[in-house]
Amino acid sequence: MEATSTLKRTPLYDLHVELGGKMVEFAGYALAVYYPGGIMKEHLHTRAAAGLFDVSHMGQRQLVGPDHATTAKALEALTPGDIVGLGAGRMRYTMLLNPDGGMVDDLMVTRTAEDGRLGLVFNGARKMVDDAYVRARLPRAVELLPFEDRALLALQGPKAAAALGRHCPQAEALSFMTASSASFDGIACHISRSGYTGEDGFEISVHAAEAQRVARALLAEPEVLPIGLGARDSLRLEAGLCLYGHDIDETTSPVEANLVWTIAKRRKIDRDFPAAPKIMGQLFDGAPRRRVGLRLSGRAPAREGADIASRDGQIVGRVTSGGFSPSLNAPIAMGYVPPAFAEDGCELDIMVRGKALAAQVAALPFVPNRYKR
Amino acid sequence: MSETRFSKDHEWVRLEGDIATVGITRHAAEQLGDVVFVELPEVGRNLTAHGEAAVVESVKAASDVFAPVGGKVQEINGALTDDPAGVNADPEGAGWFFKLKIADRSEFEGLMRQGDYDAFVKEA
Repeated sequence: MEATSTLKRTPLYDLHVELGGKMVEFAGYALAVYYPGGIMKEHLHTRAAAGLFDVSHMGQRQLVGPDHATTAKALEALTPGDIVGLGAGRMRYTMLLNPDGGMVDDLMVTRTAEDGRLGLVFNGARKMVDDAYVRARLPRAVELLPFEDRALLALQGPKAAAALGRHCPQAEALSFMTASSASFDGIACHISRSGYTGEDGFEISVHAAEAQRVARALLAEPEVLPIGLGARDSLRLEAGLCLYGHDIDETTSPVEANLVWTIAKRRKIDRDFPAAPKIMGQLFDGAPRRRVGLRLSGRAPAREGADIASRDGQIVGRVTSGGFSPSLNAPIAMGYVPPAFAEDGCELDIMVRGKALAAQVAALPFVPNRYKR
Repeated sequence: MSETRFSKDHEWVRLEGDIATVGITRHAAEQLGDVVFVELPEVGRNLTAHGEAAVVESVKAASDVFAPVGGKVQEINGALTDDPAGVNADPEGAGWFFKLKIADRSEFEGLMRQGDYDAFVKEA
């Protein structure tokens, strides 16, 4: 806690402290890792009811050009996704690729109602790198603008729609990965049906000055508890979702990361995204390694950095995210292994404190998604 | 007669005769959060003071537990293997980790008393 006084604060900082949040550094911000209930309770509550997350540290941006085609093409030059074909009010998960096919960042893109304007959300720890990377590669007609005096809240869980609906009836009409301008008790905001927990839920972008009002109104709903970074991490791991800087980075390609679905069909035909020859080669011939899910047979968790070994004792890979799954009451992990060890059910060992813990390659997600399509 | 002392690493030791029962303090358990796994030393192992003795895993992270005093492991709390949450429920009672036959009583004498430990936690 001693260092958190020098950190950046989100518009909800005072609320976190008031709620008894244990404040830690994350992406340069002071954020709550958990509240007095603890990670386990927060995690299970989000899966059963609804949890409110402060994700204001993430980089909200707007990419602005003269018309949709121009703005979308500028972003397509850096990503493998279909942005030109994105309908108004629709969102897409994609990634900024470097010339080697590695990921500069993963991000959400929303086509707003205003022609030529895309909403972007970068990872908090990457937003400065992303800004420089994107700006250096934009055509003259397109600009990347900060959208920074805003908070971003996520309301996640099976009862999120009911709780949010009491303040913003139009939110319930959104389907997964769509977004709209909306009014929350008269407060102007942008709401999308999206999130990073595997649950149904929403993300609410609101002006910093109104953020506390929105957060307090949601926390007053009987279904909603505040959720810290600890449960955010265990929820996304159960959902099989990648955490930048851990499961994906500048050296991992979308094929290695098992994110092939993000490479749009049109982009594969046109081969016009960064490192297309290399990535297309991996698509056809296989990548040297692949991200997999791992279930451990005992109760001991395996953490990031643990070696993965074949049953004959050869080190074949490494854990990139690992912990204990509150929903499954068992340890789970993700990591990279060569294709020969990447099939579901493949028996492996994970080395923890010099011991080989038995593990099996498992299908992702570990806990089924419940998106409202 | 038993007496309890505390280490700077947030372990407690209760000494009865030459048998020391060791666990983690309430403060430590609160800091860790929900304990999901405990790795205990083998019975018969010789532990040295301040050496690694056990591991506690919370949802978020793994933490080492050190032996506040040296000695030979006499007994371990097997109940924690099946119910690691017992550490959170009663850290300074039923959530004990292991019992040692101590070799050097002066190691125990060098640890903090309750009042000193409480002040130590408050300062940190």
